[in-house]
Amino acid sequence: MDRFVFLTFDGLGRGAVYAAFALALVLIWRATRIVNFAQGAMAVATAYAGYSVSSATGSYWLGFGVAIAAGLVLGAVTERVVMRFVDHSSPLNGVVVALGLVLVIQGVLGMIYGNEYRPAGAPFSRDAFEVGGVALLSRFDLFVFAAVAVVVVLLALLFTRTAIGLRMRASAFAPDVSRLLGVNVGGMLTLGWALAAAVGSLAGMLVLPTELGLHPNAMDIVFVSSFTAAVVGGLDSAVGSVAGGLIVGLLLSYVSGYLGATVAPIAVLVLLVVVLLGRPGGLFSRSAARTV
Amino acid sequence: MSIVRERVTAGPAVAVTRDRPWRLRYLLWTVGGAVAVVALTYALPPFRTYQLATIGAYLCVTAGLTVLTGLNGQLSLGHGALMATGAYTVALLQDKLAGRGQWTLLVSVLAAIALTTVVGAVVGLAAARLRGPYLAGLTLAVAVVVPAITSTFDETFNSDQGLSVVLDPPPGTISVERWQAWLCWAGALVTMLALAVLVRGRFGREMRAVRDDETAARLAGVGVARTQVLTFVVSAACAGLGGALVAVLAQSVSPGAFPLTLSLFLVMAIVIGGLGSLAGAFWGAVLLVALPALAHSVTEGIDAQRLEGNLPLALFGVTLVVVMLAAPGGIASLNPLKLLRRKA
Repeated sequence: MDRFVFLTFDGLGRGAVYAAFALALVLIWRATRIVNFAQGAMAVATAYAGYSVSSATGSYWLGFGVAIAAGLVLGAVTERVVMRFVDHSSPLNGVVVALGLVLVIQGVLGMIYGNEYRPAGAPFSRDAFEVGGVALLSRFDLFVFAAVAVVVVLLALLFTRTAIGLRMRASAFAPDVSRLLGVNVGGMLTLGWALAAAVGSLAGMLVLPTELGLHPNAMDIVFVSSFTAAVVGGLDSAVGSVAGGLIVGLLLSYVSGYLGATVAPIAVLVLLVVVLLGRPGGLFSRSAARTV
Repeated sequence: MSIVRERVTAGPAVAVTRDRPWRLRYLLWTVGGAVAVVALTYALPPFRTYQLATIGAYLCVTAGLTVLTGLNGQLSLGHGALMATGAYTVALLQDKLAGRGQWTLLVSVLAAIALTTVVGAVVGLAAARLRGPYLAGLTLAVAVVVPAITSTFDETFNSDQGLSVVLDPPPGTISVERWQAWLCWAGALVTMLALAVLVRGRFGREMRAVRDDETAARLAGVGVARTQVLTFVVSAACAGLGGALVAVLAQSVSPGAFPLTLSLFLVMAIVIGGLGSLAGAFWGAVLLVALPALAHSVTEGIDAQRLEGNLPLALFGVTLVVVMLAAPGGIASLNPLKLLRRKA
């Protein structure tokens, strides 16, 4: 029972990160109908930048801020320089270009930093508090929950309560009409990519201390888990992606805790297959008219 | 006559021209290829022969993948994992069978193709219900799961260490590299011939019909799901053969030999070569061997260990993005003869 409780909290901690990462995927999917397969690599790149600044200045929080800012810049640049010029006649093109970006980013990171794991420090202790002899949560887990909650609330406010959020939703929903009504659709896309990449960077900064550390490929498994989370929740649903993230986090935590850590990726694959075959629109989708 | 037909089958596909003896042409290409490979193995030094053999092994995979992605519109990021399936099958079977003669290798390779076909059918059944990014994500998960499977069942697969592939020495006085090159190119030429015949026939037209418009294809009586699963199975079989040949070449298999990057490289190769074109698959396979070798020779002079494996990665990535944005037809569309013919 103690183990179950510990694994549950551990799973919720991981799940919060997957939720944030899945949310970033959903943001871009809703705006452009592209799944950003480069998001893992982009997050690692900004995390490298953040930790370089941290080790140069000795301040974790400066590095943290740099990583998020780098995410904003990298996302905007990716949209303006590459993604805007992708031919959308086939849905494959966006995926292939994103994969090209993965190769570029991983190659460049490997050239600058080398292909060995580098330690990724955490700003708070990762030792769990004990309540009645049961290990529950660490300070770092609390920080993860708080950070993800703040991001989710801020994004929800941005999209539902502000004029700019309305413009972003309008340009995703009906780009041509929005353009006629004077919305800067291209600018909204750039902003969407920047926001999504920044959320991805945040997720990277939150997940890397709990994994093996910094490595050009460090986010590959995280990306697959988060993609699964986004699919479980439905790629079109922001709320669903948060729920999906928590579900995937719990599943991974129980599987690694009871069956062994090496089984975890297999469990993700099984979950992805089951959801895609059973409810391809996600667990929270309403039944839609079938397209032939 | 032929002009009209070419317009009808727009796209990178082979034009349906019945008035040329294409069977004879394919046969001549295959025989010519075989003669050229045998001649090259006697002309080239051992290391170059080994590279030639590697091109042959990769060609099996890229040819199968380009048919799947270019002609049927299904993007697979999991072909590295399918190669691993073939490679591990050969390693496990050769461990039991080796020492009884060359025929055992044929048995192992055929078994590798068979098993990969089964795995491909399972993935393909799931894939046929998925589109675009969903399919890419699923196959990506398949590619990522390889090391996890080898460590979970480490008694069979020996975890990260991998297995060694026991091979009988080549017959007579043939050198090992030459023998490997012959084996790999035998596989590659058979694959190319089979795929060329396949995509030219009715099945090839159905594949392209499904890629271009599923609804129209279904209205025309094409079984969409059946075509997609079958294409995936064919492509998987090619990947299994390629993986088996890679195992024969390296004489060892480990999860490190089939990373996610390999699957991405394969996609890169067929995109740069030209999606849906078997000639493009050949250029892609050449690039897969040539670019790392080129990067190696560039970094050899300067003492930069970090550049070694990463420079080709970045080069591949930049090329892929540029080709996708600037010349989506790839190398195969840059054929100077074709350009001349079009002008004439």
